[in-house]
Amino acid sequence: MGKRVLLIEDEPNIIEAISFILSRDGWTVHTHEDGTSAMAKVLALPPDVIILDVMLPGRSGFDILRDLRDNEVTKATPVMMLTARGQDKDRELAMRLGASLFMTKPFSNEEVRNHVRNLMEA
Amino acid sequence: MSQRPKTPVFLQKATYRQRRVRDAAKLVPVLGAVLLMMPLTWQDDAQDTTTNASALVYIFGVWIVLIGLTAVLSGLIRSSPEQVHKETSEE
Amino acid sequence: MSFNALIVIALGYVLLLFTIAFMAERRAARGHSNWLTSPWIYTLSLSIYCTGWTFYGAVGYAARSGLEFVTIYLGPTLVMVGWWWVLRRLVRIGRAQRITSIADMVSSRFGKSTPLGVIVTVISVIAAMPYIALQLQSVTLSFAVFAQTEGVGWEQNDFNFTAFWVAIGLAVFTVIFGTRNLDANERHHGVVIAIAVEAVVKLCALVAVGIFVVWGIAGGPSEMLTRIDQSDIVLWNQESGRWISLIFLSGAAFLCLPRMFQVLVIENADERHLHIASWAFPLYLFMMSLFVVPIAVIGLDLMPAGSNPDLFVLTVPLSEGRSGLAVLSFLGGFSSATSMVIVATIALATMVSNHMVVPFWLYLQGNQQAVISGDVRHVILLSRRLSVAGILLLGFVYYRVSGGGTALAAIGLISFTGSVQILPAMIGGIFWRGATGVGAAAGLITGLVIWVWTLFLPSFGVDAVISQTVMEQGPYGLSWLRPQALFGANGLDPLVHGIVWSMILNTAAFILFSLVTFPAPLERLQGAQFVNVFDHSSAAPAWTGAATGAEDLLIMSQRILGGAEAQAIFEAEALRQGKVGYLPDVTSDFIERLERDLAGSVGAATAHAMIGQLIGGSSVSVEDLIAVADEAAQILEYSNRLEAKSKEQERTARALRAANDKLTALSIQKDSFLSQISHELRTPMTSIRSFSDILRDGVTSDAEHEKYAGIIYDEAVRLTRLLDDLLDLSVLENGQVELRAQTGHLSDLLDRAVRAAGLHEGPLKIIRDRASEDVTLTTDIDRLGQVFINLIANAQKYCDAKAPHLMIKVSEDSTGYLIDFIDNGSGIAPDKQELIFEKFSRVADGSKAGGAGLGLAICREIMQRLGGEVLYLAQSRGAAFRVRLPQVKTTTALEKT
Repeated sequence: MGKRVLLIEDEPNIIEAISFILSRDGWTVHTHEDGTSAMAKVLALPPDVIILDVMLPGRSGFDILRDLRDNEVTKATPVMMLTARGQDKDRELAMRLGASLFMTKPFSNEEVRNHVRNLMEA
Repeated sequence: MSQRPKTPVFLQKATYRQRRVRDAAKLVPVLGAVLLMMPLTWQDDAQDTTTNASALVYIFGVWIVLIGLTAVLSGLIRSSPEQVHKETSEE
Repeated sequence: MSFNALIVIALGYVLLLFTIAFMAERRAARGHSNWLTSPWIYTLSLSIYCTGWTFYGAVGYAARSGLEFVTIYLGPTLVMVGWWWVLRRLVRIGRAQRITSIADMVSSRFGKSTPLGVIVTVISVIAAMPYIALQLQSVTLSFAVFAQTEGVGWEQNDFNFTAFWVAIGLAVFTVIFGTRNLDANERHHGVVIAIAVEAVVKLCALVAVGIFVVWGIAGGPSEMLTRIDQSDIVLWNQESGRWISLIFLSGAAFLCLPRMFQVLVIENADERHLHIASWAFPLYLFMMSLFVVPIAVIGLDLMPAGSNPDLFVLTVPLSEGRSGLAVLSFLGGFSSATSMVIVATIALATMVSNHMVVPFWLYLQGNQQAVISGDVRHVILLSRRLSVAGILLLGFVYYRVSGGGTALAAIGLISFTGSVQILPAMIGGIFWRGATGVGAAAGLITGLVIWVWTLFLPSFGVDAVISQTVMEQGPYGLSWLRPQALFGANGLDPLVHGIVWSMILNTAAFILFSLVTFPAPLERLQGAQFVNVFDHSSAAPAWTGAATGAEDLLIMSQRILGGAEAQAIFEAEALRQGKVGYLPDVTSDFIERLERDLAGSVGAATAHAMIGQLIGGSSVSVEDLIAVADEAAQILEYSNRLEAKSKEQERTARALRAANDKLTALSIQKDSFLSQISHELRTPMTSIRSFSDILRDGVTSDAEHEKYAGIIYDEAVRLTRLLDDLLDLSVLENGQVELRAQTGHLSDLLDRAVRAAGLHEGPLKIIRDRASEDVTLTTDIDRLGQVFINLIANAQKYCDAKAPHLMIKVSEDSTGYLIDFIDNGSGIAPDKQELIFEKFSRVADGSKAGGAGLGLAICREIMQRLGGEVLYLAQSRGAAFRVRLPQVKTTTALEKT
């Protein structure tokens, strides 16, 4: 049983893709599609690495990130933000809120794999 | 005219004096008219008592008093243009 | 003292006056007019009130009626000491309105009315004529006295001859100094200084004779008083009616006589001169009358019975052998007569030319061209000179006709009464805003008629004009119209009778007609300015919509004022407006000022008429009138204007804020649109890239392989559709879309739409009413079909009912066809309903719908192009969209596109 990654993302095809990539790399991938209940899911696990989409139904990824950083349990959990909007101000906001990494869609599979690995090791 | 900007109710002493001088100046012709009508009341009393000389002296006396009064009052009335202008609003 | 020597002295005196007048004019022209305009000169110039008639006649008057003669001086004294009431106001108005004469005053007050000017002029001329004749007579008589001492008894011819040459001499002097210039403020420095000198001469003469009589003959004041007491003259035996009436009459005449108005108001250079004159002039009158009684008493004692007491001032010194004193006295009388005639003719000539000749001339010319090209200046000066000559001629004729007898002596007061008819209109005009021009005219005419009937005509003597029978029984036996017992008032002294009736009826008519008539706007404007002269120091604009060139105005002004002065005025105005050159903008303000300058030369009515001919149109609107009606209105208007201005600024600021907000919103919109596009493009791209990467690695099972290839395909399709939609929307929004009008059947169109929506993939059931769909449409069928497809596809995607169905209802109303698409799902939340037609406004999450949220935005654009609309119907259950399609009439418009 490898380390646990929680993928919070609402686009089914992207969930499919990332799950496939990370599973093959030895991760246990948990997924969640909804913003509102995401925090409960995180606390229930809790994962070793979190991959968080910005645009989620119900609640924005930034809000979830802020909660994660405020919570004792998840304070130090590495979080990689994903966004399709690709604007600089989103990146800045993410880093200020305490994201470990910020990745713009579309990404290469290699990138995802290496980033998650690095996050775990750091 | 009720919307005209109000002048202060109480005036400075100098302005107050000035107004009363003007009031007095306005009253001079009234005084003159009254005094000049006085001789008309003599006629009925007794014609003998009204001598030529006393009538002459009375009329000319009233006359010179009016002149003197007006001279004093006119001298006291200031008439810088703004004074003249200000004064009129009380009329 | 030979008679010829007297002639030489008289001529020398006249020459001296000419020289003084000439030098004064020269000094004034060079700008050294300081001492010319001192209050003392002003006071002395008022002395023209004391005419030759009063100089000689006062003694005779005292000899006959005792102290009654002082009433003639007491009236003006009361007016002067009461200067604060009326004089100050008259002077201020005169200056503010550039009044040229008393006729101008009345005319100007009542809307610059020409008829009123004419009426006042006529009254003044008629009233002045006998008075001028009286002056000629007094001069002639005084000459005759000296001739008699040489033992030459004068024939009637000698009198006429002398009177004629005196009249000629006066005419020459007046024309030279009174009508030499036509300047804007109508002052005559030469004339004023000459009459000031004459005032000194006549006072000195009378005082000298008085001193000689009191100290030289009587032996001192107390002896004099004793002699007065012992005299036959009864000094105080006054009837109260006459006493009061005469004081009133002389006071009123002091204001209304044209010559007095001229020196009091027109020639006044500074309002403050009134301060000195208010007591100095009464003092002058006092001095003039102080020795009248002594001279009369001594004269009666010394002179043989039957000698004319009117000439005691001359005959007493002569009989005592004091010919030098007599000559001085002669010069005093001569001065009194000439100064009065000169000023009276100037005043009357101004009135006649400004109010009768020039308006008539303008009327004859009748067009605008005349005002510009006609030589107005020449006409005015000529008419004034002719008027001077004419008035003196009239005086002379009157003198000849009346025979120069004693009848003349009585007419002084009658003449006064004539002039005084102007009083109600003038005083009412400056104190009462309600006074109207009609009222003034009614009062003036009434007064004139009564005066002519009760005093003027009877003054020619019994049977001269009015027969004895009419005097006693009234015209046609109407006894209540008897000239000296109007309405049965037969117990009055004829003069008092005339004064009382003419003033009462004059005033009554004035007030009555003023009350029942309504003044014209200009009249009300002038009324406000006259009555509130102390409140309005500046004039109200009386001209609106000036539609004339500055050049025309300049040419006209040059004709009146002369080139240099007119150009100076225009240049000053141009400078004031900040312009170079001498042609300012023709603002209503400027026209107003120019009119006033011109009025200083030709009178208000004429100036107004001339400018009116150039400007055309009405001079004053009711709005202007209201705006300047009183100070309150002015202040109100000012604050309104401020308010309007700040409101305007506020509006501008609001508009700017709104524009800014809109720009900001647009900018935000653009940003969010770009980030939306980015999101919508990147999401499918991510899947495609990621899965193709996986497939390339070749680590997948066959099943996975097939699945992932399918995903790649679907996402590619999704991407294509998004790009198509974007392009479509962009074309629609930019209005570049080409609509092709086709005719088709609604039912067929719906069939096609249902098929195209791909309903076979889902459980959605369509409920239709084919009967209602039997409608033929002429519109862009393909685009309309696109809308239908979108709506049906939306229902298919979002309807969350267990057994979803979509009802399509077609109906018709006055505006066109309504096609409703109603499903049985949970509908759209009220707070989202407004957003659904916006771009990228997906209510549900995009993944499920598989669209970019552009469908409804495209629908909205299409329906707008087609002249209809698509809207969301808020209702209790299910999502409901309504497509409104206009009636066929818009199809013609479509075909044209």
